[in-house]
Amino acid sequence: MATAAIPRTGKMTMSLDPALLIPVVGAGILVYLAVVPLLMLFVGSFQAEVAPREFVYTLKNYHAAYASEYTYSTFLNSLIFASGSAGLGFILGTMLAWLTERTNTPLRGIFVPLAVVPLILPGVLESIAWIFLLSPKFGYLNVWLTNLFGLKSPPFNVFSLPGMIWVHSVGQVPLAFLLMVAAFKSMDPSLEESAMMSGANTWQTFRRVTLRLLMPTAGSVLLILFVRTLESFEAPALIGIPARIYVYTSEIFLAFNEYPPDYGRGGALAVGLLLLSAIGVWLYTRATKEGKKFQTVTGKAFRPRQFDLGGWRWVGFGFLTGYFIFVVLLPFLVLFWASFLPFFAAPSWDAVSKLSLDNYRYLSGFRPFWDALQNSILLSTLTATVAMVLTSLVAWIVYKSRLPGAWILDFLAFVPITIPGIVMGMALILLYVAFPIPIYGTIWVLLIAYVTRFIPYGMRAASGSILQIHSELEEAASASGASWWETFKRVTLPLLRPGLAAGWIYICIVSFREFSTSVLLATGESRVLSILLFTMFEQGQVTVVAAIGVLMIATLLSIVAVFYKLTGKIGIQT
Amino acid sequence: MIEIKSLVKIYEDGDNAGVKAVDNISFNVEEGRFYTLLGPSGCGKTTTLRCIAGLEKANGGEILVAGKKVFSALDGTFVPAYRRPIGMVFQSYAIWPHMTVFENVAFPLRVGKQRLSNAEIQKKVSTALEQVELSDYGERMATQLSGGQQQRLALARALVREPQVLLLDEPLSNLDAKLRERMRFELRELQRRLRITTLYVTHDQVEALSMSNIIAVMNSGVIVQEGAPRDIYLQPKTKFVANFIGSTNQMTGQVTRLEGNGTATVHTDDGEISCGILDGLTAGSRVVVVVRPESINLHTQQPPIGSNVIEGKIGAAMFLGEYVDCTVELGKNILQTHQRYTLQVRRGDPVWVELPAGECMALPAEQ
Repeated sequence: MATAAIPRTGKMTMSLDPALLIPVVGAGILVYLAVVPLLMLFVGSFQAEVAPREFVYTLKNYHAAYASEYTYSTFLNSLIFASGSAGLGFILGTMLAWLTERTNTPLRGIFVPLAVVPLILPGVLESIAWIFLLSPKFGYLNVWLTNLFGLKSPPFNVFSLPGMIWVHSVGQVPLAFLLMVAAFKSMDPSLEESAMMSGANTWQTFRRVTLRLLMPTAGSVLLILFVRTLESFEAPALIGIPARIYVYTSEIFLAFNEYPPDYGRGGALAVGLLLLSAIGVWLYTRATKEGKKFQTVTGKAFRPRQFDLGGWRWVGFGFLTGYFIFVVLLPFLVLFWASFLPFFAAPSWDAVSKLSLDNYRYLSGFRPFWDALQNSILLSTLTATVAMVLTSLVAWIVYKSRLPGAWILDFLAFVPITIPGIVMGMALILLYVAFPIPIYGTIWVLLIAYVTRFIPYGMRAASGSILQIHSELEEAASASGASWWETFKRVTLPLLRPGLAAGWIYICIVSFREFSTSVLLATGESRVLSILLFTMFEQGQVTVVAAIGVLMIATLLSIVAVFYKLTGKIGIQT
Repeated sequence: MIEIKSLVKIYEDGDNAGVKAVDNISFNVEEGRFYTLLGPSGCGKTTTLRCIAGLEKANGGEILVAGKKVFSALDGTFVPAYRRPIGMVFQSYAIWPHMTVFENVAFPLRVGKQRLSNAEIQKKVSTALEQVELSDYGERMATQLSGGQQQRLALARALVREPQVLLLDEPLSNLDAKLRERMRFELRELQRRLRITTLYVTHDQVEALSMSNIIAVMNSGVIVQEGAPRDIYLQPKTKFVANFIGSTNQMTGQVTRLEGNGTATVHTDDGEISCGILDGLTAGSRVVVVVRPESINLHTQQPPIGSNVIEGKIGAAMFLGEYVDCTVELGKNILQTHQRYTLQVRRGDPVWVELPAGECMALPAEQ
């Protein structure tokens, strides 16, 4: 095998074929990142103590976790929180997608980019902003509405299950919107047209064809929103814990925050959450596979049909405008406003006179802020780089190498998608708390956690672009005399670059705003920005928190801006 | 220049797992020749080409390129694609979109074993671009070229390394009809000028007939007939070849007697026909008599001599510009004929078809 005759030089070479070495190394790394922590979590949840000298099997952790009086209410809260957020997020996202994609609502074009703006707002800040707006004591909207209508009690209370649902679901809308836009876009208009030619009117066409075609997508979108809510910890931490409304993720956090920390119970809870999430993901992949049967994408370019809303289009316009003012813009504005205040106060002439840059001045000399900022930037860029290098190689092996068993790599790279952030944190604590190399409590354990969690995103970006490369482009390099490595370096990689850059920037952003894993792993000197926000908000320094938030958003915006500039340069016109 | 011995390729994965894509084929391509593998899609022609290129690893047999063994199932030799002395043009051209025209052509020179100076690369690329008349386009992005130009660029890239063998995988199939005709001519001219051994894969019989020195017709992984274009066209050895190349009329019948000199008389439903006959067939064999539409002469009056003349009537006559496609209904068979555009007949007119004995061929009915 290795003794290939070389016609030109006539020399025999013994070489380690990189096409064989790399898959093995890749599989090793993936197993270490994705499988070992889960095994550790599983084993740990059955152990009497953390990192024992000898293994003592016990069920007491599960007993403590699932037989307590809170078990039922936690389960119920999680269920209501997740289904409520999924439902509301889906309805709002679908409305936005339908109005902007398939109707003649005025100015709908400018709403498309606006709809994804909230993606830039980290979940922690989203929660904080809505607390500023809807807190029963000082929330702006509550104060205004009480004064305006002379109400006896504030109309909204964010510290409630509906409050949590609202805050989390508005954060989910962009995702639902993007997925539904894709579904609307890919729908072949001739399917609807042929229904109309068969005598169906607009409503019948919508109900019997459009809706049916959308159903598989809608199901999978709902499912993914449900799972993501179940895994989320931002609203449960900032709103749920003060309001004493506990869900799965907050129970895990509290078990960890007890003194002494109850790692066993936390582990047992984490195993349960992991199972729920894994079932959700399994159902999701099944649903999307089902959906392929309904696939209407033909690769042909077409313009989907547009519904004429008549006079109703102004209602649509009103909805879109209202949504963007109250749901997208207001949280940003309230953070911006609060960041200039010495203490939290409603907008008034009196408050305007108190506006100052004091918070920013304070931050400039505030060590923990600079440390956290440095950690966040370092971690997000490192995570994005490591994850993209790893996944581009893995994706190449999976889709191009045609090695037997390449699907195992694909599966391993997919596993982390089922791991909720807080479960990842719990598993890594159990793995590294007694690890011979003292990386626990450093940013390196965070790097491992982030890379693991975001491998699936990297895979999606990398495999998407790899599949787009016609294999003849690589074969032509081979036929031109380029070796495996030269082909990868000079043809495959440059062609992948736009896709990889998109994946890099996406991972960079999600790492920068990551909260639910960091909350367990980031301590002391390894603290990142989202965690600094959380602790300072708990300590009541709310206006400084707003200032940090504004700076965080500014950083994220500049990452995105740099990205657009870069992709503009390296984009390939085909 | 290319020697294929008992090549076998079995697909290992995908929907056709276990199917023998190439089933024990052997052929030689002599130096400077234009050799074509012709067959319907799925016949194994592209797989054969890819095995020669080294993009697929065959399961059995031996491949020699320029006298050197590049693949052998016996001793496990497998020279990777990038070490074989070949140039290849792909069906999709595989022009790299992230490089300029110049860089696309320079690529094979930059990655090869031997390191060339920039000046040498410059010179070789210019020569290659000149050969395909793309000299003025060097600095353009490759994606700004038209289909025909991309095709020529792919050719320049395949030739720049001065390979011993040129492999072409349906290179004209993505072009429109007019351009295809011109490129056919240009490609053949270039090949003749460079005297480069060429293996060409196509499903288009016109391309195969017009360009090749030798054609090998493939079906289901085997070569069913190999020969010069004229022989393949005029003396098909099987029903498949007769059908696949050009359009053919078929009349089933039975050999009544052999006449010697490779001719025979066949009894068909519409009378006795004298025709050529394939070796090995004897009196009594079930046969199909094949005859090309353009070989058939049509008479509106009964011709004086009666051999191989059958009476019938016009079924349909379609004026196609260059000729009239005219079907004739005999007693049992319907014959398709191509007649001069001057022919003016109407449906139902009585006619007499004359089948020239030298252009009719009796082939075995079963393959």
